[in-house]
Amino acid sequence: MIIASKKPIEEIIQEVKDYKRLLILGCNECVTVCEAGGKKEVEVLASALRMHFIKEGEEKKIDERTLERQCDHEYLEEIRDVVDQYDAILSLACGVGVQFTAEKYHSTPLLPGVNTCFLGANEQRGMWTERCQACGSCVLARTGGICPISRCAKRVMNGPCGGSGRGKCEINKELDCAWQLIIDRLRDLGRLDDYEIVAPIKDWSTERSGGPRKVVREDVQV
Amino acid sequence: MRLKCPANFRIIRLPCTGKIDVIHILRAFEKGADGVYVVGCMEGDCHFKSGNFRARKRVEQASKILDKIGVGGERVKMYNLSSGEGPLFAQYSIEMDKKIRELGPNPVKTALQAKKKAA
Repeated sequence: MIIASKKPIEEIIQEVKDYKRLLILGCNECVTVCEAGGKKEVEVLASALRMHFIKEGEEKKIDERTLERQCDHEYLEEIRDVVDQYDAILSLACGVGVQFTAEKYHSTPLLPGVNTCFLGANEQRGMWTERCQACGSCVLARTGGICPISRCAKRVMNGPCGGSGRGKCEINKELDCAWQLIIDRLRDLGRLDDYEIVAPIKDWSTERSGGPRKVVREDVQV
Repeated sequence: MRLKCPANFRIIRLPCTGKIDVIHILRAFEKGADGVYVVGCMEGDCHFKSGNFRARKRVEQASKILDKIGVGGERVKMYNLSSGEGPLFAQYSIEMDKKIRELGPNPVKTALQAKKKAA
């Protein structure tokens, strides 16, 4: 899922201070699971902002709403009737949700309430770690299910590099060397022969360096 | 036991302090409470294993938010005691009452009252 982290409340106060009528818009998907922008976080933020502005003697209307998703037309349509009642929308969705909402409601300023971080997993309660960089051409079949693109600092395709020591990466002694993990897993799977195969030069055109990407599926289009 | 304790606080019963969330604490302040304290079981004695630890974390989160918005994080506190410690319950309520009196009224409530008067 997409991992996001909450923006500091001071930063949000600065962002919203000029708007009199504000809608805080949460998202029920990834940001709910990573506890950054779901219904609960919307309620807490709205309550905190209301109290702050009341205390400052400023009159503001701060409402709450959480959509099933902010990256789909049909769910975003749910606020079409009310969007005119607000001077700005503070979206707690990931960057995709913020942008898609902004595209749909062109005349309403959209403000981000979270920092979108990466594609990751909930490794343990309160800890999320990166697992995928959406490079567009998956090599996991060859690397024992461990991604050298997202988990190796250098994105080395035939590793490990000289910076690997005792199973850790040179950039951070707490960070596992992805290639050590790959070799260990291939050994456990009895597939160390796969490690001997030199990986061909990777096609990076499917990655971000090829510009913004698009997936078109004519088979599902109606 | 007929213990003396302040008459200005309201007890909200929960099945376990693990039920409390940050929003419950914030809403109390939004509605004009001057302080909130959560009384949970002794640490390690939670019937649901970690309810009181969860509560402590949430009280800390609420405290940080209240600090950042200028209401004052010291207005919330978590206490732990066992169900047989009535005198300690009374003592904590006196302690909290004293502390909140020192801090003065909730600034959100004061601002709302001033606005009402002006209107």
